[in-house]
Order: sequence, then structure tokens, then C-alpha cells
Amino acid sequence: MGILKVDDASIAPEKVQWFAARRPLPQKASRMLTVFSFLMPLLIWSIVSYVPFVWHPKVAVVDPGSVSWFQEGSLIDKADFAEEVELAMTEGRLPPTGEPANPVYLPAPHEVAKAFYTSFTTEPKRKSESWLHESLWHSVQVIFWGFVLSSIIGIPLGILCGTYVAISRLHEPFIEFFRYLPAPAFGALAVAILGIHDGPKIAIIFIGTFFQQVLVVANTTRKLDVALIEAALTLGARKFHLLFRVVIPGIITDLYRDLRILLGWAWTYLIVAELIGTSSGITWFITQQARYKNFDNVFAAIIMIGIIGLISDLLLGWLGKHIFPWEKVSRNV
Amino acid sequence: MTGIQLPSYLDQDEKTRARLDRLKQREVILEVNNLTKVFDSPQGRITALKNVSFKTHRREFVCIIGPSGCGKSTLVRMLAGLESITSGEILLDGEPKLEPGPDRGMVFQGYTLFPWLTVKKNVMFGLQMQGRSKSQAESEAMQWVEMVGLSKFANHYPQQLSGGMKQRVAIARALANQPRILLMDEPFGALDAQTRAKMQASLFDIWRNIDITICFITHDLDEAIYLADRILVLKAHPGEVQELIEVPVPRPRNPEQFISPEFLATKKRLEELIHPPVSDKEEEPFQLIRMARAGDEVENGLESVE
Repeated sequence: MGILKVDDASIAPEKVQWFAARRPLPQKASRMLTVFSFLMPLLIWSIVSYVPFVWHPKVAVVDPGSVSWFQEGSLIDKADFAEEVELAMTEGRLPPTGEPANPVYLPAPHEVAKAFYTSFTTEPKRKSESWLHESLWHSVQVIFWGFVLSSIIGIPLGILCGTYVAISRLHEPFIEFFRYLPAPAFGALAVAILGIHDGPKIAIIFIGTFFQQVLVVANTTRKLDVALIEAALTLGARKFHLLFRVVIPGIITDLYRDLRILLGWAWTYLIVAELIGTSSGITWFITQQARYKNFDNVFAAIIMIGIIGLISDLLLGWLGKHIFPWEKVSRNV
Repeated sequence: MTGIQLPSYLDQDEKTRARLDRLKQREVILEVNNLTKVFDSPQGRITALKNVSFKTHRREFVCIIGPSGCGKSTLVRMLAGLESITSGEILLDGEPKLEPGPDRGMVFQGYTLFPWLTVKKNVMFGLQMQGRSKSQAESEAMQWVEMVGLSKFANHYPQQLSGGMKQRVAIARALANQPRILLMDEPFGALDAQTRAKMQASLFDIWRNIDITICFITHDLDEAIYLADRILVLKAHPGEVQELIEVPVPRPRNPEQFISPEFLATKKRLEELIHPPVSDKEEEPFQLIRMARAGDEVENGLESVE
């Protein structure tokens, strides 16, 4: 039972084949690529930010000199700056000095990294406004309720559609039509019905998730090997037992994976949903900070959404391995 | 088979004849009368089975064999209640059966074990469906797991088992319900030759020790003769009964009988029924195009032609 382990150093490891179609990579190589996939965009961002001759279309004023409309720290177009320098020189005034800079909407990595901390400690400008952690928490709650409400109806309906053709024919054609209606289009309607606070936001996430969910769950249910149902029938299983003891356990691991993907979609609807009615949550924070030109905070907030998404997905994946013990058993005897 | 004089497959020695006579006097467990199955397909109505009738007696081992497309799988699925009946009837202990139920255990070629349940819980499944308490089901299930020699693997999941072991679990799971008849649809078809031989021996052991009637589908002539008391031979398009052969090979069976005269005589008869000398009209025969010369001198004893 198990794999024969070789510790003989004289046996050289095989050469890694990077482009063999559908062949697995060695674990070490695959981990390295995972790290690279994050490092590469960071590297490009760093080059654009820190190498002065790459892009840098603006000039940050260090000393305004004799130019009255320049201020220390302000960003001026390269051409305008050069014009002012030339003008000052010809008129014998003190020329301004400055260094190449990127536009305000592209902060450097270290500024964004700092903003990860400072955005939490920045006091809101007005008393009624919320701190970043309050905004984030608010967003998580909206997602949670939208997704849970959708799942409470969507999962059972999907399973029934996937199991009974009659239920599928009765519901799926309409759902198929409805899912093409973009959820944000219901924004105004949702506000009219549910008011301006969290009601319409949850409704948008519900609409965006629910119709996909029913169809995805129904398809997953249909993929269950019909032979398992037949085996259960010959063993005496009937109706409810068939559903609860065979269909649901049979699809549960795939269902779990579907929900992880659907939760990702729910996050995309969040941003639109939060703009509806009174703007709130992380979206409100982002638009507000953009208005104040605190783009380091904007980037930090966007990356935070990504991190929350990634961490929750990894967490759910890890949890899944422990809830479904038959998924992790080795396939060889 | 030139040079070997085979007896007729109809010749039975005294003991075998007496055994088969006694067998046919036992109560009838399964009776199939004029069973017909018609499928509606885009190409029109297709008759898969036509007027199939036979009886199996208590503790009899019946094999059903036939060329591909003869409807043997359809037949066993109808017996299990998984396929509707176009006309005719299936009687189990004289009662008509239309729906699947635990009184007819089924073993499929594809194992069909529940991957989310351990070996023990797979076997407990049917017992719990019959309303047994968990502890009762568990102790009964363990007996069956032991009977198929898998007590050490009781807490393993199906995907940790080899094909042969999976099929043992499937047999234990079907038998745990104590069905009147065990239906087996090419159960050993996916196993390699050695495992298959072992499974056949195990099946004999089980069959000897418990009160079970077995209806076994196979396309393997040797397997059918080796296992069966009687072989129901079907023909294709439409699936009809050609002959019900009483196997003249004495019991208890052992692998050495594969080359006994009775065995070979039966096999010859099955060959005649299943692979008739007329060629299949739907398929084109191989076109013989010569594409190689090398090595001809070895095959033909001639100089190779350049």
C-alpha cells in the first residue's frame, strides 16, 4: 500500500517539462509559478512607478521658483512645466524645479502598501461617514444576506429541477430567460419597492445570483450518475430517501464548488448594488476617496476586495476537504 | 476442433440429470411470460425484446447470454424494475412486479457504490431503507462484509478499493437485503482475467452458503458454462429466446472442467447459436490491401519479393 519512496541521491530528478500538454508539473515548479503570477504584475507596476524614464508624464513641483501658480507638490504636465522653465529663463527669473512623476491616479506600490494601514486609521471627514472597517463589514453583510437568501430558495429549486424533469420544464425556461436580464437594470425598481437602504442592494445581489444558481445547481444535479439512483432504487430507496440519501450526498462536493464560484459572482454584483439608493459599503469608500484624490486608498480598497475574495475561497476550499472525507482519500490501494 | 470427437451437449451423466430434475421440481421464484420491450427512437419503433418467457427455480443459477444488441441488459433491467414493460409480465413468487424493489437485488457492471459512504455504510444502505435501526443495520452489514472477505476494509471508501473489491461490496450490498433473486448485469466484465476467476469462485462460495437464486448476464461463453445450471440464449434483432440449454457439466465446478468434453460440447453449441456463420450485412468486411512485404519469407517460407 502506498508509494515506494526513493531517497537515493544518485538518481537525478527528471528535467521539468514546462510545456507538456495536460501533464502535471512538479510541485516545486508549480508553486514557483504561483508566486510569479503575483510577482509579475507587481514588477510591472514597480517599473512604471519607480523607473523615471518609463512613462512619468507629469512633473511634481519641488520648488515653485518664480512661477506664481505652481505650488510645492502639485503635478504639472511635462510640456507646461518645460514652457514655464523656458519662460522664467528668458525673463531672467528663478526657474521652478521638479521631478518626473506619474499621474495622481497611479500611486506607487509602497504608497498603496502604506494605505493598507493608513486607510483604516484615517478618520472619516464627516461624523456621519463610516470608517473603512465599518464600510467593509457593511459590504460583507450585504453580500452575505443576498447570497444566503438566494441559496435558501435557489439550491433546493436547482436540486429539484435536476432530479425531476417536470419541475425542470416548469421552471427552467423562464429562469433561462430571466437570467439574461442584467441585475443592475432592476436598480430603480428595487429602490421604489424596497427603499433606499440595504433592501435594494440585497435584492440586486439576489437577482444577480439566484437565476444563475438555479441553473448551475440543476446542471450539477443532472451530472450525478443515474446508475447510483438506479442502484438505490433496487436497494429499496424511495422518494425522500432517494433525494436526501442519494442525490444530495452524491452532488454535495460539486455543489460546494459551484457555490464557491457563485460567491465570486456575488462580489461583482456588490459594486453595482452599493451604488443604488444611498451609496454605502466599500463602494462608497472607494468613490469617496477617489473624490478626495486619495488614490492610494482606492487601490488599497480594491486590492482588499480581492484579498477577502481569495482568502474566503481558500478557506472554503480547505474546509471542504474536511467536511467531505471521501474527497481526500488516496486513489490507490 | 478437428480430430476431437465431442459428445452432444444434450448428453448428461446420471448425477447431473438427477440434479437438474430435482432443481426443476423446486418452487418457481421468477417467471417471465411473453415479455416484450419496444423503444421509441428517432429512427422509429425498435423491438428490443420479443415474447421472452422463462422460469427460474429456487437456488438455481441461470445465465443469460446472447450477441450484442440482443437486449440482455434490457431484460435484466426490466426484471429489476428499472425499465418499463411494453407487454407481458414478470412474476416473482407469483406476484407481478413493475417497480424496482429490495426483493430483487442488482449488481451492475459499473459497481455503482456510493462514493460518499464507507464499505460498511454502503452495505447498511439497503438495510436502513428497510427501516432497520442503525445498530441493527450495522451488525447485519458487518456479517455480509465479512462474508465477502472485506472486514479489514469496512471503513474504507470505495475509491480506495480495487475493481474486484468494489464488486464484492456491491454483491454484499445487494445480498444484505436478502432478496429473492440476485440479478447481475455483466458484473465481472470490467475485471481482468485473474480477478474474474477469483470472483467466480467467491460467487460460488456465496451461492452455496445462502438461499439465493441468481440470474447472471454475461457475454463470455466460458463464464456462462462455468457458472450456470441453465443458460438462456438470446438472439438479436429482435431479442428472442433461441434455446434454454441445460449445462451438462457436473457440480461442484472447478477450473479444470474448462477443457472437459461436456464443457467443450456446450461451448460449441453456444458458438453455433451466438456466432452464426452468416456474415453481418451492416458492416463492410476488411479490405485486404497489402502494405508490407518484410517478413513474408518467415510467414510463407518463400523468398521475399522485391
